[in-house]
Amino acid sequence: MAKKTAVSFTLNGSTVDVLVEPRELLIHTLRDKLAHTGPHIGCETTHCGACTVDLDGQSVKSCTILTVQCEETQVLTIEGFAKGGQLHALQEGFMQEHGLQCGFCTPGMITRAYRLLQEIPDPTEEEIRYWMAGNLCRCTGYQNIIKAIQYAARKLRGEVVETSHPLMAEVSL
Amino acid sequence: MNEITPDLSRLERLEGIGCSRKRREDPRFIQGRGTYVDDIHLPGMLFGVMVRSPYAHARIISIDTSKAKAHPGVHAVLTAEDLKPLKLHWMPTLAGDVQAVLADGKVVFQNQEVAFVVADDRYVAADAAELVEVEYEELPAIVDPHKAMDADATVIREDLAGKDVGAHGARRHANHIFNWQIGDKDRTDRAFENAAVTVKQDMLYPRVHPCPLETCGCVASYDAIRGDLTVWITSQAPHVVRTVVGLLSSIPESKIRIVSPDIGGGFGNKVGVYPGYVTAIVASIVLGRPVKWIESRNENLTTTAFARDYWMTGELAADTDGRIKAMRVNVLADHGAFDACADPTKWPAGMFHVCTGSYDIPNAHVSVDGVYTNKFPGGVSYRCSFRVTEAVYIIERMIDVLAQKLGIDKAEIRLRNFITKDKFPYHSALGLDYDSGDYEPALRKVMKAVDYDGLRAEQAAKRADPNCPTLMGIGITTFTEIVGAGPSKSCDILGIGMFDSCEIRVHPDGSAIARMGTISQGQGHQTTYAQIIASEAGIAASLINVEEGDTSTAPYGLGTYGSRSTPVAGAAIARASHKIREKARKIAAHLLEVSPDDMEFDLDQFRVKGDPARAKTMKEIAWAAYNNVPEGMEMGLEAVDYYDPPNFTFPFGAYLTVLDIQKRTGEIKVRRFYALDDCGTRINPMIIEGQIHGGLTEGFAVAFGQELPYDEQGNVLGGTLMDYFLPTTMETPHWETDFTVTPSPHHPIGAKGVAESPHVGSIPCFSNAVVDAFAHLGVTHTGMPHNSYRTWQQLRALNIAG
Repeated sequence: MAKKTAVSFTLNGSTVDVLVEPRELLIHTLRDKLAHTGPHIGCETTHCGACTVDLDGQSVKSCTILTVQCEETQVLTIEGFAKGGQLHALQEGFMQEHGLQCGFCTPGMITRAYRLLQEIPDPTEEEIRYWMAGNLCRCTGYQNIIKAIQYAARKLRGEVVETSHPLMAEVSL
Repeated sequence: MNEITPDLSRLERLEGIGCSRKRREDPRFIQGRGTYVDDIHLPGMLFGVMVRSPYAHARIISIDTSKAKAHPGVHAVLTAEDLKPLKLHWMPTLAGDVQAVLADGKVVFQNQEVAFVVADDRYVAADAAELVEVEYEELPAIVDPHKAMDADATVIREDLAGKDVGAHGARRHANHIFNWQIGDKDRTDRAFENAAVTVKQDMLYPRVHPCPLETCGCVASYDAIRGDLTVWITSQAPHVVRTVVGLLSSIPESKIRIVSPDIGGGFGNKVGVYPGYVTAIVASIVLGRPVKWIESRNENLTTTAFARDYWMTGELAADTDGRIKAMRVNVLADHGAFDACADPTKWPAGMFHVCTGSYDIPNAHVSVDGVYTNKFPGGVSYRCSFRVTEAVYIIERMIDVLAQKLGIDKAEIRLRNFITKDKFPYHSALGLDYDSGDYEPALRKVMKAVDYDGLRAEQAAKRADPNCPTLMGIGITTFTEIVGAGPSKSCDILGIGMFDSCEIRVHPDGSAIARMGTISQGQGHQTTYAQIIASEAGIAASLINVEEGDTSTAPYGLGTYGSRSTPVAGAAIARASHKIREKARKIAAHLLEVSPDDMEFDLDQFRVKGDPARAKTMKEIAWAAYNNVPEGMEMGLEAVDYYDPPNFTFPFGAYLTVLDIQKRTGEIKVRRFYALDDCGTRINPMIIEGQIHGGLTEGFAVAFGQELPYDEQGNVLGGTLMDYFLPTTMETPHWETDFTVTPSPHHPIGAKGVAESPHVGSIPCFSNAVVDAFAHLGVTHTGMPHNSYRTWQQLRALNIAG
């Protein structure tokens, strides 16, 4: 049992203090010690992006960063997106455009897409595909994820947006 | 916007079958509030880690666990010796074989489970696992299934010594599992002898892995005071797991609760019972504390449930017009070291005999030999219904081989051989009864949508131009799937018929709880099941709470795999809804003082025939069910239905893809993919489209990159996402979807199931397109995966590459 180190950082706007071994990975600290189970573990090799968090304004895969590296940083996870019962535009977009199925990759996807829209508010499809290439999804085939991000981008720019899957499209009396 | 008729607004409020209803599951997932198995933390919970074999085949000389046990924070280290007194060192597989829970005397595949370390947390457990000392004596490994039955082949399964009859009949060799045959061999052989044209092609469907984004895992919690065992587990079949755990542990099923929480994708990977589940349960019982076991991605890719690995030889006999007279298939199936195929018990090759496809083939014969090799067990249905992927692959490849031999267009040869609409229900040469189909309009619709003639003209022009930098390939598949297992007369698992179930309770306020024996892994059951009830029982979907996956509350069902949720559970839901509706009819008639025969059902109410102003809504009826029912009727409004399907369902599709191969590099770009699916009645078009996108992407992955290769020593070379291809946004093509609707005649709402079709149908479509690009150069087949390197080698062999 290695000696533990105290680490303080800001998690979704609140200061947290944790005691961790130097080797402890941020994803385990978040999930096992801080009860933030939104970021998921999918590969442990930085490939799948299910554990993506936003750290000091950058997307970081929390399965390959040590918690001790996070001293005095600002960490944003999926749990920090909805405010006062209001969904973030990305969360709404994913729901309206059916950008998720099993939901396992979704927290990482939304967190990554948030960083994309912070940097490029009006991305092209090519830019979305390039930016999202570090986040794997096995269910959706990405097409609706791209639509969801486009939906959110339009909404964040103040446009009126509607789902491309209207409720009654195939229903007739 | 037209003025909405009152009925349309009522229909909209109902959100029934045919609506693109937004998913009820989404709010928790988009906010990171799902409950996947690794999200479960119980007080006093310990963590288990497997010690695994570095060798593919070796005798275990000794295991020394003393250092590991002495490590601070370690609570137990289990080996086969510890499980022996409990008779738990071996467990039954779904295929009638047995599998070592922890290696018993020898290891038979790389990464096999040897010991189980239980410690305070995952870090301590990993440290202690390093301290377990195992001494091995390496044995020669069998990697090539063709050598498994050689006279001098090393024996993999010494535990089967002297057993010359296995679960599926005679064994010819110590490494032989079964030979399975179906069809009339003599008639088929005669048809080949008399045929004008015959073609033959060898092909390998490589070993792949379903690789859901969430790995397998469980949390086992035994309460010694109450004698109750609760296991949260990422299982596609929680009730089956409960029965297996009961059989293994001798704990009565009434004391076992299996909970499938949210599941991060299954794709066939989460049907079986894996050693980690057994050891976690044993550890929890022994230690009296909850034990969590979550496999790593490497463990997932190298130990739990491979798919495919079929070495197939296909033959077709035809007349000179390309009309197929007979089909012959021989398969060598590499099952790994334990036969753990997830098939219905009686079918060692699953539903492979759907391999006559969408074509009216009068004679057919199939022979499959299963063999043991030093690879990890599996043979699961990776987004497929029990070897249907392999079946569709061989017929869709073979019909192209025949077309090339005869110089007939690849769409035309399909049109000439389709089972025509008037022949349904169709009895196939291999004994299946196709429920319904209408193949020609589907293919014609696709050909029109993509301007097929224009594409062929473009291809001809490019072939004629030696300076064209690309080869253009057009791939077509017109496949038929068999899903919805299955009729219990022919399908069971461990003796339990493959029915499914639904229980609906309508509350006094008109809202309802509905529970099923299936479990969603992303399919959106909470959303779509409520839509079926809405249409069939007249209760608004928004008022229905759908619950699955907890065996202590859900009715017994066989689970979700093989696209069986809609065909089987969906039918049970419809029938339970109808029972509710019929009771509601009687209550409404009683309230309005008319005969039940004078009532008619209208969306969400019963009204008096000829006097529509006199009506009772389902909400009013629900309230009355708890205080004012006809004389002699039981109070309450609930129904249970166990549905044993009379037949499978047979969804079908017509797919077309266009791709360009760079002559210089072998890089392949999918230019267009057009997928038309017919799954009968469509419940939620948005969800269907999403599932088709996903299945096509998984098909793309298999066709262009996924494989689990082995070296000669039996080392698996695809064990992490660095080596195993999962497509990203950058590679994945754009998908176009379309549909026709041919309802199933035997299903209460005519629905067939869809989510596997895109995977099953797209893989041969891609292969057909790649081969088609080379067809004018005499190529009849190239093996998967069609990655750039292999394609470049093909170009080099033909002196085309730069």
